[in-house]
Amino acid sequence: MDLSDSPEDAEFRARLREWLAKALPALPPKPSPDDWPGRRAYDLGWQRTLYEAGYADVHWEASPGVRLIFLEETEKAGAPYVGAGFVGLLHAGPTIAAEGTAEQRARWLPPVLRGEEVWCQGFSEPDAGSDLAALRTRARRDGDDYVVSGSKIWTSHAEVADWCELLVRTDPRAPKHRGITWLAMPMDAPGVTVRPLRTLAGSAEFAEVFLDEVRVPVANRVGAENDGWRVTMVTLSFERGTAFVGEVVACRRVLGELAVRARRDGRWDDPVLRRRLGRLNAEFRALWRLTQWNVSEAEAARGGVPGVGGSVFKLRYSQARQELYDTAAEVLGDAALDLDRPWVRDRLSSLSYTIAAGTSQIQRDIVAERILGLPKGR
Amino acid sequence: MRFRPTDDQRALRDGVRALLARRFDREALRAAVDRPGRLDRALWRELGAAGFFALRLPEADGGVGLGLPEAVLAFEEAGRALLPGPLLATHLAAGRVPGAAEGETVVAAVDGGGLVEWLAQADVVSGDADGAVPLNSVDPLTPLHTVPARGAADPTAVLLTAAEQLGTATRACELAVQHARAREQFGRPIGAFQAVKHLCADLLVRVETARAAVYAAAVTADPADIAAARLLADEAAVRGARDCLQVHGGMGFTWEADVHLLLKRAWVRTRRAGGGTESEELLARDLLSGTGGQRSCLR
Ligand SMILES: Cc1cc2nc3c(=O)[nH]c(=O)nc-3n(C[C@H](O)[C@H](O)[C@H](O)COP(=O)(O)OP(=O)(O)OC[C@H]3O[C@@H](n4cnc5c(N)ncnc54)[C@H](O)[C@@H]3O)c2cc1C
Repeated sequence: MDLSDSPEDAEFRARLREWLAKALPALPPKPSPDDWPGRRAYDLGWQRTLYEAGYADVHWEASPGVRLIFLEETEKAGAPYVGAGFVGLLHAGPTIAAEGTAEQRARWLPPVLRGEEVWCQGFSEPDAGSDLAALRTRARRDGDDYVVSGSKIWTSHAEVADWCELLVRTDPRAPKHRGITWLAMPMDAPGVTVRPLRTLAGSAEFAEVFLDEVRVPVANRVGAENDGWRVTMVTLSFERGTAFVGEVVACRRVLGELAVRARRDGRWDDPVLRRRLGRLNAEFRALWRLTQWNVSEAEAARGGVPGVGGSVFKLRYSQARQELYDTAAEVLGDAALDLDRPWVRDRLSSLSYTIAAGTSQIQRDIVAERILGLPKGR
Repeated sequence: MRFRPTDDQRALRDGVRALLARRFDREALRAAVDRPGRLDRALWRELGAAGFFALRLPEADGGVGLGLPEAVLAFEEAGRALLPGPLLATHLAAGRVPGAAEGETVVAAVDGGGLVEWLAQADVVSGDADGAVPLNSVDPLTPLHTVPARGAADPTAVLLTAAEQLGTATRACELAVQHARAREQFGRPIGAFQAVKHLCADLLVRVETARAAVYAAAVTADPADIAAARLLADEAAVRGARDCLQVHGGMGFTWEADVHLLLKRAWVRTRRAGGGTESEELLARDLLSGTGGQRSCLR
């Protein structure tokens, strides 16, 4: 068991730190949280900067260990996270890299790496959330096109996306997991309508997407027709792997700030609050170690595709994050009701963590059935 | 970074597991419950011969010359088997008390929090046990005395206790899952019911989170990491045993099932070194030390 950097890793870390110290001061000011075009430009600009410095493909090419260092160091330095690049860099990109043809890789991957195109994820539907395989958006073959009709919901960044990784039903008669196909749909195609949805935090970070006879070339299909479920599983296992590394680092920083704040306000003498903060310190230390553990497992398993350990992590982390911001509210007192105070919006957004990317109930099913081998069915 | 046991570490763990499976199986566990307060001296010597007590003693001093990670793996196995006796005190006395390393001398210790385990059975007591008062111990496999609290907690003792808790938590998870697969109600295994399934999933999540914390603390030996390991492992063991009991239904409330032994031992260990509050306070102070969170991140 070794937690120290290998000589190559240490060198990578040192070079990255040095580069970040130079690159970050040149960043433009952060756009306001509601300015989506501004956020798109900002996030893509950062990706472009990474590209020029040779770090653009760290999510795909690097070993999990190097990716961990990258995410840790960029977060510590206060660099932007992938933001609007999330789906392109962490979902659609890896899926196309693993399952796409040479032509498809050449068409879609470079613009993602260069920070030119944004992707969104059109999986969930009004009647297909946890039961994703129940999705009903229809795609009918017509010559060299699929003609797609239906609707998607909770699509993050849909308003500013160029492409959508879209799951459609191509064989309505097949068992539900076997009639699904994975398509890359241009968001500017005729028949695509995006209607922003307002989140409980007041922002418009996700949307409904209505599809009315949208023509998507057959050439945009990744994987075989009706093989989309398997293709999708490749994507989902990616999301549940190293996706939260930077956030754990950030949570540990917030925890330190909370302690300082509590002491300044005289709340530190309250042993209940103090010990609650101490417990959270234990929690986030452990989550950091669990991340290192999962990454080491992934390295040992080669391939680098994160395994079900990601579900264990996500269950614990989503709960810890909510506890962190509930404790922040405790520290803030009445100020926790003021949206202009730090941590108050983060508290609101933490509420989505036990829902998005597979609810905690679904994650528990995964852990129980796939790791512990308990019988399927409820 | 290669944060997983090496081949040698796995071999050591498997060796301890095999020894305990041979010498302290379920039958031996139940026999020990039926003869409370008696220590199996032959087993103690066998543990000594296998290097359990001398594990961290330098080779020059006749020890095995290994470190905390190896000790943590060995203590985890002891916790998994619910091996009784003052393992920790004897291990910590190796090299100081003649015969401890070999398992010839059984050593009890006055814990910083004021508890003494196995006082009457020990050959040597480290610390001042004058005026010790016996308790009618809730755990049939751990005779207990108390003395007024004195002294600070030894971080190594805290870490190895966390390792034992981790082992017990692992056992609780295994027992719960076995039972959930085997026991049928309403015409199917109870493990098919989501409420039971989710109890089991939470058991595993707590075990794996604690495992990462305990192993990391063994590598860094950082006091804050050790305190974190303790809190996570205590939670995994105590809540794990409780959930395991729930999964067992009425059977879980019997003397005959092993579940109560897991829970009671886990309770005893949560009181070692003054309990978890010490660790919470240490971790709270660590947040204000400024370097706290970041320092060990960098390792
Ligand atoms: C902030 C945010 C961003 C998102 N971004 C995207 C995106 O970009 N693209 C996309 O495709 N989707 C996205 N989603 C959707 C997300 O994946 C779904 O919300 C999630 O999978 C749950 O589906 P649902 O909302 O339909 O809830 P439901 O499936 O209706 O679940 C409702 C409740 O029932 C429980 N439940 C359901 N089935 C079971 C079961 N079998 N056993 C036990 N309990 C069950 C759930 O756990 C939950 O508590 C996003 C969601 C959020 C909150």
